[in-house]
Amino acid sequence: MKFKSTIFIGILMCAQFLSNAQTNALVERVRLKLNTVNDYTAEGVMKTDVSFIKASLGKVKVYYKKPNLIKVKKDGGISLLPKGGVSITMNSLLSTDQYIAIEAGKQLYKGKTLDVIKLVPTDDKLDWVISTLWIDPVEALVYKTFTTTKDNGSFEIAMDYGAYTSYGLPSKIVFGFNTKDYKLPNGITLEFGDEAPISKQKAMKNKKGTIEIAYSSYIINKGVSSSLF
Amino acid sequence: MSVIKVHELSKNFGSLQAVNALSFEVQAGEVFGFLGQNGSGKSTTIRMLLSLIYPSSGSIELFDMPLQANRNKIAERVGAIIERPDLYPYLTAKEHLQLFAKLSKQKISKEQIEKTLVQVGLSSRSADKVNTFSLGMKQRLGIAIALVHNPDLIILDEPTNGLDPQGIADIRHLIQDLAKQEGKTVLVSSHLLSEIEQVASQILIIHQGKKVAMGPTQTLLDPNKAIIHIVTQHDEQALSILGISKYAQNIMQRKDGIYLSIATSEIPVLHQFIVAANIPLMSFELKRSLEDYFLQITSMQ
Amino acid sequence: MWPIIQIETFKIFKRPRTYIAFGAIAALILVIQMGLKIDGESYAAFLMKDINNTLIVDGKVLNGYLICYILLQLLLVHVPLLVALIAADMISGEANLGTLRLLLTTPYSRTQWVLAKFIAASFYTILLLIWLAFLALFLSMWIFGTDDLFLMKSNYVVLIEGQDVFWRYVGAFVFASFSLLTVTALGFLMSSLANNSIGPIVATISAIVFFTILSTLNIPLFSAIKPYLFTTHMNNWKEFFDIKVTESNEAITGSILNVAKIKNSIIVLVVHIILFVSASVWIVRKKDILS
Repeated sequence: MKFKSTIFIGILMCAQFLSNAQTNALVERVRLKLNTVNDYTAEGVMKTDVSFIKASLGKVKVYYKKPNLIKVKKDGGISLLPKGGVSITMNSLLSTDQYIAIEAGKQLYKGKTLDVIKLVPTDDKLDWVISTLWIDPVEALVYKTFTTTKDNGSFEIAMDYGAYTSYGLPSKIVFGFNTKDYKLPNGITLEFGDEAPISKQKAMKNKKGTIEIAYSSYIINKGVSSSLF
Repeated sequence: MSVIKVHELSKNFGSLQAVNALSFEVQAGEVFGFLGQNGSGKSTTIRMLLSLIYPSSGSIELFDMPLQANRNKIAERVGAIIERPDLYPYLTAKEHLQLFAKLSKQKISKEQIEKTLVQVGLSSRSADKVNTFSLGMKQRLGIAIALVHNPDLIILDEPTNGLDPQGIADIRHLIQDLAKQEGKTVLVSSHLLSEIEQVASQILIIHQGKKVAMGPTQTLLDPNKAIIHIVTQHDEQALSILGISKYAQNIMQRKDGIYLSIATSEIPVLHQFIVAANIPLMSFELKRSLEDYFLQITSMQ
Repeated sequence: MWPIIQIETFKIFKRPRTYIAFGAIAALILVIQMGLKIDGESYAAFLMKDINNTLIVDGKVLNGYLICYILLQLLLVHVPLLVALIAADMISGEANLGTLRLLLTTPYSRTQWVLAKFIAASFYTILLLIWLAFLALFLSMWIFGTDDLFLMKSNYVVLIEGQDVFWRYVGAFVFASFSLLTVTALGFLMSSLANNSIGPIVATISAIVFFTILSTLNIPLFSAIKPYLFTTHMNNWKEFFDIKVTESNEAITGSILNVAKIKNSIIVLVVHIILFVSASVWIVRKKDILS
């Protein structure tokens, strides 16, 4: 009996070891793919969807430089970005190998069966606490992440892929985040008179917002000046 | 030709009858004197002639045209100064004339404006703002405004207010020239009755809104009629005697004595009567000016 | 009628009092611009306190377009008082001076005079608005530059692209001209009722304050009359700066959220202007000129 338990535990440990090895390998595949990108300049269109903000689409340029420099710049004009969230992209998350990857099952997402992997950083200097990745094991592409940061709350990032899958660069990225209430006193805004109906006021208090960037092109590994950041 | 025809003109302000069934005509080319005490209805009548006030009843025709229906057309031919000369303090004399010349709908040349300023004695002050003017200078400017567009009918309400004797004389000559040399029709109202009698060919006297006398100046100042002013030691005694005499209907008592209106030929007869009646006479004076006539007429009403 | 319009306009601009309003607007705007130039960042930070909890706003928020909006919010409440200074004096001032009787003996009808005076007063009002527009918009653009317009309203934020802003200001100023002309017409009406200047000016200002309070109080008793009050509509120039969004909350460039509201407000204001001026004409035509 004791021998059977030992064999069983041994098989389990082997299985766990193999599983961990597979998980680490998958993450490593993703990381290696992303690491082929030293820098990029991307052009895209940004859409802000926050209940209390009315903003139109805006052309943006996104700059990335290894290991974790990222900047979103609107092509003229004012841009709105989630506090701390934009810096949490796959390139910056996996720019280091200072993490432990833990398998957390599989999930069906947009018709694909994705491996759910949790990353826990081992380096205290990193500004994120835990990140969950939804990865396509076949293409080694991350379709979704949910990251909890130290200072700026939690962010969900969803990605779609197109022409740049070989680099692991998405064609569309959607940042989801929590919003706080917005209210300015009437005495400041000088808006006296009829208030918006209760239903509209309630709608504006929706606690979630998204910022979506649809990329039209990437210029990869052609050099990006550090002064842009 | 009648320039002004007023028929049964009345104006009520609530229960106050300011003008009562007034009728008169002013012929072309004449100087028409319009006399009345303060509050007699002169200014109300003049304002009605200028369509500033609407009559309660009656009719007004100017230049043979009903006033209300032809107001704008008539106004092109009328110049007026109404009571005191109220002007724009921030404009100069010249700017006033340029402004009202433009409002006349006629082409008034710069030379005509200059001529008008000379006519009223303001050419040296043409560039000065009106808020630096004396009352007399404002009066002159008001007259200039009435004359600048060469109107056919000129209505002057108290034109000599605030003027010194030389100024009054100048206005008198101006009125005479306008009528005799330029053929204008002038309606002038004034309290300076001695001035009116020197310029007016026709006079209308209004009292409490009603016409009390009207006619040629010479007729009203009939040399065959006289007004005798007597001062006695005992006016009551004199009045009681005169009151039962043939002079009873022509007596007027005032503060400064007794006035009697009689035929000129009766003067010595009256004198004898007073002496014979032992009325203690202090003064016996003949008065024939229009002022006395005016006072008599208005007091007797 | 053109000569009397010219003359009335000439008289307005000959009076020193006329320039008080231009000076006051210039002083106000310059002081506010100077204050915002020196310390605008703290003001902007205060306004964006709530937003900064969630988002990073990158770009020149405190630019000429936003400064102009702030100035208009402040000034378009107070400029009516400056308009009343002239409009409410147009007829009663002449009566007080004694010059009204001079004007009404000229070969122009009373209707023509009243309309000419109103047109001249309107010209003054429009010039005042142009002056305000020049200082509030163009000067602000020159001092603070331009960028997108980041409008922080009481309950939400509108971000309008830079190239989509200028035409909205043109629309807003055109709308504001209707608002101010309504004040001109109201002052004019008060002026036709009196023979002195102070009464109509005070009456006009009092009426504006009174009706503004009725318009802004959220008391059900007044709800029925609010849509008909001109003060309810005077500030709807702000509607030019609210945009439509798609179902996915994407702002539609070049759109206005509530065009019907703007049109309705203009109609209400124009009706008030016509009513006030017509009443003035009727009053002046009927009255005996005793001044």
